[in-house]
Amino acid sequence: MTALTGTRRLARLVLRRDRIRLAIWVLGTPLLGYALAGSVAGIYPDEAARQGYATTSASSLVARAFNGPIAGTDVGAVVVAETYVTLALIVALLSTFAVTRHTRQNEETGRAELVGASVVGRYAPLTAALLVVVAANVAAAALLAVALAGAGLPLAGSLAAAGAVGGVGVACTGVAAVTAQVSVTSRGANALAGAVVGLSFVLRAAGDVLGDTSADGTRVESAWPSWLSPLGWGNQVRAFGGERWWVLALPVALLLAAVALAYALAERRDQGAGLIAPRRKAATAATWLLSPAGLAWRMQRGALLGWAVGIAVLGVSMGVAADEFNAMIEQNPAAAEAINAMGGGADLLDAYLAAMLGLFALTIGAYVVQALLRVRGDEADGVLEAALATAVSRTRWLGTQVLAAALGAFALLLLAGLTTGLGYGLVTGDPLGEAIALGGAALLRLPALLVVAGVVTALFGLLPRRSVVLSWTALLVFLLLGQLGAVLELPQAALNLSPYTHVPSVPAVDPAVLPLVVLTTVAALLLVTGAAAFRHRDVPS
Amino acid sequence: MPVISIDNLVKTFGRIRALDGLDLRVEAGEVHGFLGPNGSGKSTTIRILLGLLRRDSGEARVLGADPWRDAVRLHRRLAYVPGDVSLWPNLSGGEAIDLLGELRGGLDRRRRDELLQRFDLDPTRGCRTYSKGNRQKVAIVAAFSSNVELYVLDEPTSGLDPLMEAVFQDEVRRIKQAGATVLLSSHVLAEVEALCDRLSIIREGRTVESGSLTELRHLTRTTVIVETARPVTGLDALPGVHDVHEVDGRTHLEVEPAHLDELLGQLVRFGVRALTSTPPTLEQLFLRHYGDEHVSADDPAPARAQRAGAR
Repeated sequence: MTALTGTRRLARLVLRRDRIRLAIWVLGTPLLGYALAGSVAGIYPDEAARQGYATTSASSLVARAFNGPIAGTDVGAVVVAETYVTLALIVALLSTFAVTRHTRQNEETGRAELVGASVVGRYAPLTAALLVVVAANVAAAALLAVALAGAGLPLAGSLAAAGAVGGVGVACTGVAAVTAQVSVTSRGANALAGAVVGLSFVLRAAGDVLGDTSADGTRVESAWPSWLSPLGWGNQVRAFGGERWWVLALPVALLLAAVALAYALAERRDQGAGLIAPRRKAATAATWLLSPAGLAWRMQRGALLGWAVGIAVLGVSMGVAADEFNAMIEQNPAAAEAINAMGGGADLLDAYLAAMLGLFALTIGAYVVQALLRVRGDEADGVLEAALATAVSRTRWLGTQVLAAALGAFALLLLAGLTTGLGYGLVTGDPLGEAIALGGAALLRLPALLVVAGVVTALFGLLPRRSVVLSWTALLVFLLLGQLGAVLELPQAALNLSPYTHVPSVPAVDPAVLPLVVLTTVAALLLVTGAAAFRHRDVPS
Repeated sequence: MPVISIDNLVKTFGRIRALDGLDLRVEAGEVHGFLGPNGSGKSTTIRILLGLLRRDSGEARVLGADPWRDAVRLHRRLAYVPGDVSLWPNLSGGEAIDLLGELRGGLDRRRRDELLQRFDLDPTRGCRTYSKGNRQKVAIVAAFSSNVELYVLDEPTSGLDPLMEAVFQDEVRRIKQAGATVLLSSHVLAEVEALCDRLSIIREGRTVESGSLTELRHLTRTTVIVETARPVTGLDALPGVHDVHEVDGRTHLEVEPAHLDELLGQLVRFGVRALTSTPPTLEQLFLRHYGDEHVSADDPAPARAQRAGAR
């Protein structure tokens, strides 16, 4: 009997519980990489176009902050610049959630106690979770390398780029192993790990912005803050631009150090306890809390604040970048065309702004889905049962949640438009005017978000058990149709499935009333269907 | 008019028949015990009474109304304590009590504070840090701080310590005195014995017994231990006598109450020196209905007949 007894059995349990999640992760990341690589390669087909892209990326501070340091004019380097940060963030979050799910969440629900009382070593649950998550990262990276090479990129660079992405996952696995020891709740553990990911994004952005440009203007050498960031390490591998293989050892070293720390913490703490003590709270409820609406606000305000901060930062950055974008499109007609396909319309700057607002609307869709699915979470927990046994009708309860999500979406959209306009106006000299114009333009996307809310509500009413998976799938489909549909030249009928397709792309085109009315009507029908189905079904079901 | 009346209630989940023709009648002002083994359909019945689940067929009335259609109106007049309380993890216990009370239509603040003290519950702690017993207390305090006509309690004391169990029993007596009706599902037999005026035992989705404790006791055999001058014979031939065996020179047996006379007539012929007769305990009553099939298959006739006569 050692501290690791039972690890293999528990690892099999993790595999069994997550077989579908893991399959989507391990197969989905390479597929996404393949699709993105193909579309980027199509936009920058020749050396001249890539030269233009590289010099712009190296000189634009916004491009450096969001895409990382460009590593030359190889087509692979352009692909990395365009896709690395996205893929790395996806892998970082997947790894974090998976580790928390199989460690702290088990302690929180009491499952760990049941397991821990059997013939299972003290380190076995943590070790089993780490083994599976690291293995998933390695497998996803291996397939990503195959996918990139399959898309026609050089083999060495493909391996390095895939290793860079996998390295981020491995590093975050280590981070999550520690945060799972520190926080008492799985939500808190994820939030802490998410904060570490956010901090490494900021460090990397700072290091890349402060870095030096090479003599030919197509490369950036990052400053020291990037080297403190696990996200930054992936850039320092310099895939497709003279690979530095040894950098891949950094995430592995972080993992080993973090796991050692996690074991040491696990040795010193009690089962179910953490290092952050729970705070004292109010003994009586404030008057505003005492209604479904007050409760919805209380449940949502933390998430809403986080979203608001993120959107404001992104909005100002995107607005400021609009001016730099002007300079870039003069050099690259292909890129201009791609933006045009996303934003639509004649004026490229307006197309860019419209495309950014469209991106915000898609992102805020995730807020809507997450906010509304809380109802399903409450139903699964049993809280909904307690609430509905009081004198609150089902329609009022669900309606309040929908209204809260819709108001949140409204506020976030408005904020996105205002901050983008503010950033753009700061550069061009009319911050107030641009903020108002883009704020209004952003709000025209609200009907599409109402349709998203309608889809989630209908799924919750009709197919409660599948509503979580199906809601996120629907949003992912909308995302892929919106972002890649035009680039991949999908038929219009497919694109029409997404509500976002039907939003007039203001300011690139003139606003139209009819599509907004139709979208709102569809949303209303979905909401009514969902509410009616909810009123007639068993709770919990 | 009964506060709760259920006739021939059926509820299925897919192929599983959770309720299979259940009957239940709870009169105004009584504390009614609702008993049955795990998985027998108690919580399903309670959820139908709360309008959370939809019945497939049969009749269910609560306070004269349809629990599905008039759910909200009914919920103003009743309070519910679930068997496994889950709460909003980021609210404090005090906030959860206030919220549940307010959603029901208001609570008695003085009662709330008094109950917090009696149940020794710290309202400033986050709900996620509460143990099962403490979460249970939150739901109990929220329910008992409201002035309603009907309390639906689904295994309310699971996870409470004996001291808190006593406080709970006090509180149930108090609300009963105030004229309220209580439906109490429980596995704690001492609690049922102490509180309930009448009880219903269900099994596999059907009611198998219903009546007062005294009535139900008549349905079960009395245990008799007798010491006689000469060895007793001929007991096996007597009607209603079961399980005769010798222990340390004494005869142990079980007899149906209706056949006590014949048994005594037989025993006196052998010179009775000592005799103890023990009425069935509540536990025996339950084991008889909860447990193995053969007990009920053994002699179903008297039980059925008595049940029909009981009410």
